[in-house]
Amino acid sequence: MSYKMHLLVCGGTGCQASESSKLLDNLKDEIKANGLDNEVQALVTGCFGFCEKGPIVKVYPDNVFYVEVTPEDAKEIVEEHVIKGRKVDRLLYEEPNLEVKLAEDKDMPFYKKQLRVALRNCGFIDPENINEYIASEGYMALGKALTEMTPRDVIDAMKQSGLRGRGGGGFPTGLKWDFATKYDADQKYVVCNADEGDPGAFMDRSILEGDPHSVLEAMAIAGYAIGASYGYIYIRAEYPLAIERLKIAINQAREMGLLGDNIFDSGFSFDIEIKYGAGAFVCGEETALIHSIEGERGEPTTKPPFPAESGIWGKPTCVNNVETLANIPVILTKGADWFASIGSEKSKGTKVFALAGKINNVGLVEVPMGITLREIIYEIGGGIKYGKKFKAVQTGGPSGGCITSEFLDTPIDYESLTQIGSMMGSGGMIVLDEDDCMVNIAKFYLEFTVEESCGKCTPCRVGNKRLLEILTKITEGKGTPEDLDTLEELGKIIKDTSLCGLGQTAPNPILSTIKYFRDEYEAHVIDGKCIAGVCESLINYEVVPEKCIGCTACARVCPVNCIEGAPKQVHLIDQTKCIKCGACYDKCKFDAIVKIR
Amino acid sequence: MNKIKSLDELMKIRKEAEKTFNLRAASGDKDRIILRVGMATCGIASGARETMNTLIEELAKEDIKNVSVTQTGCMGYCEEEPIVEVVFPDKPSVVYAHVDQDRAKEIVQKHIKEGVLLENAIMNKSFDTVRE
Repeated sequence: MSYKMHLLVCGGTGCQASESSKLLDNLKDEIKANGLDNEVQALVTGCFGFCEKGPIVKVYPDNVFYVEVTPEDAKEIVEEHVIKGRKVDRLLYEEPNLEVKLAEDKDMPFYKKQLRVALRNCGFIDPENINEYIASEGYMALGKALTEMTPRDVIDAMKQSGLRGRGGGGFPTGLKWDFATKYDADQKYVVCNADEGDPGAFMDRSILEGDPHSVLEAMAIAGYAIGASYGYIYIRAEYPLAIERLKIAINQAREMGLLGDNIFDSGFSFDIEIKYGAGAFVCGEETALIHSIEGERGEPTTKPPFPAESGIWGKPTCVNNVETLANIPVILTKGADWFASIGSEKSKGTKVFALAGKINNVGLVEVPMGITLREIIYEIGGGIKYGKKFKAVQTGGPSGGCITSEFLDTPIDYESLTQIGSMMGSGGMIVLDEDDCMVNIAKFYLEFTVEESCGKCTPCRVGNKRLLEILTKITEGKGTPEDLDTLEELGKIIKDTSLCGLGQTAPNPILSTIKYFRDEYEAHVIDGKCIAGVCESLINYEVVPEKCIGCTACARVCPVNCIEGAPKQVHLIDQTKCIKCGACYDKCKFDAIVKIR
Repeated sequence: MNKIKSLDELMKIRKEAEKTFNLRAASGDKDRIILRVGMATCGIASGARETMNTLIEELAKEDIKNVSVTQTGCMGYCEEEPIVEVVFPDKPSVVYAHVDQDRAKEIVQKHIKEGVLLENAIMNKSFDTVRE
């Protein structure tokens, strides 16, 4: 007896945090209670990307897409949709700009412009069931490579596809593999870099949680291409769900002989081990990552020698990012030309971006290279929250920069983003609106890199710390115009003299914000003002006597008791004690408290 | 579990796995055909569940992949239940009445496989709804 209906429940970390596991259990219970367990199957799947509206349930074959489903909704879904065939209207997605309810995801603006290649199986298959991966063409690429292609053919296909590293650098994958073949050794290694560290980026986690087999398959293909028989997945220990799914996947693949000795009877053997990272950002840098795998301190070393020549235990090693790997099986099954037909001239294929910040549709989106920022932010992302004004978008994480509204129509790829002073990075995209202070944003990223600097080289260890001190001074209203010049000069020196990618890019958030938002910096240091009203030292909260009715609400909410006034009398804020938390401002119903910028 | 030793063996497992998986795979297909079964109380009482299961089994037996069997609420013509609507892309839908298990098999064999409408089983006329 085959099932007539599948209910797919998102089991990504985001949706699980909103009780999607309980929802799945409830659905199963309801199905059973109604005697339908032979006809209807409820199962877990990977991230749908629309995290803003999670937990998500997708019903096949009807293609109905339910959003923000709670465990309590299970009963209604089963009784109404499953048994009676009526959609549960209140759980459908309502498009805010159109004010209509959309039942199917293909009609939703969030999905319309997306092209899911790396995320093809996320939200479509059960990541814990190898049969579902095989049913969606899984391990066909490995089979094809091992039985019909030479290692050289595989590398040529990678080169022809134009695939470039998705972890940030954008180095051509085929070329990287080719380098690794040039060195003879008794042992070579393939490493999957799953040390995702950029604040706000979670594409690698989602791929590993939603489609772990695609990464395993790609690693085996890479092993075959470069002549490696062993692979490591270096993953942050903070990704417990991804690790769990990887372990399940590795065991399943071994049982079916898709990992292990003599795969497909081809004489090629490959096995994979998981290594845990302790969460240091610098370990995403490949040389630091390799040292960490070896049990050494996670510190970078100078290149050359590149890992392709001397990596783990001094053996040739090929390090590829999770998203890069997830693309590889499809390139072999659908063909390099197919892949090369997507994207822009120099950047082929798609890129996954993690949309976050002041945007309506927070989530994970995959788009063809060459799409514009405007399309991503306004069409897929649904625009800025609360109709506020767009100020900038931060891409590339702590190594990237801010992009202003004048570049919204630039087609994005590796080159164009670098040209406008930012970078692709791993694909974090944080949208900023008029209420964000650019100095404060730069400070946030600097705090991150200062914290994460491994301390090996002086420019990064000391230089970034000095940059942060100057920024802090500026946000406290103690900055001088000369500080801006110092920031720029020191920033450039750090870029030139640091040992690894972390230090070489750490000043980028400062340099790009000074370049595009110098007026905001100047307002801080010359006029002593924070236009966005973020920097605490530069704002004051005051009571407007004409509007205050003496309701005492502000005085009661003030955590430091600095608001005085009898009931029905005008209140007064003691500026010497005020900590500028803004609680009174939020509480007042009469607009009687104002923020003076 | 036996280890996979060739592409053929992988294909065999894939074929087997696709059977349960086709439900999802076909739903994204632009050319898919939809069989809609009326599954309101009246439909279920007159055997719509058996009809639906027969349709699914028959399609699986014939290895037909581009068809989705879905259910819908009351079609309003309780007298004629179980009712099955056949929707080919870009064609007006055809509604069959009194679809028991034999007729369900016939729909798959004739209408779906050969494109020939069943005689004596079509309700007078297909219907239009406001949304179309």
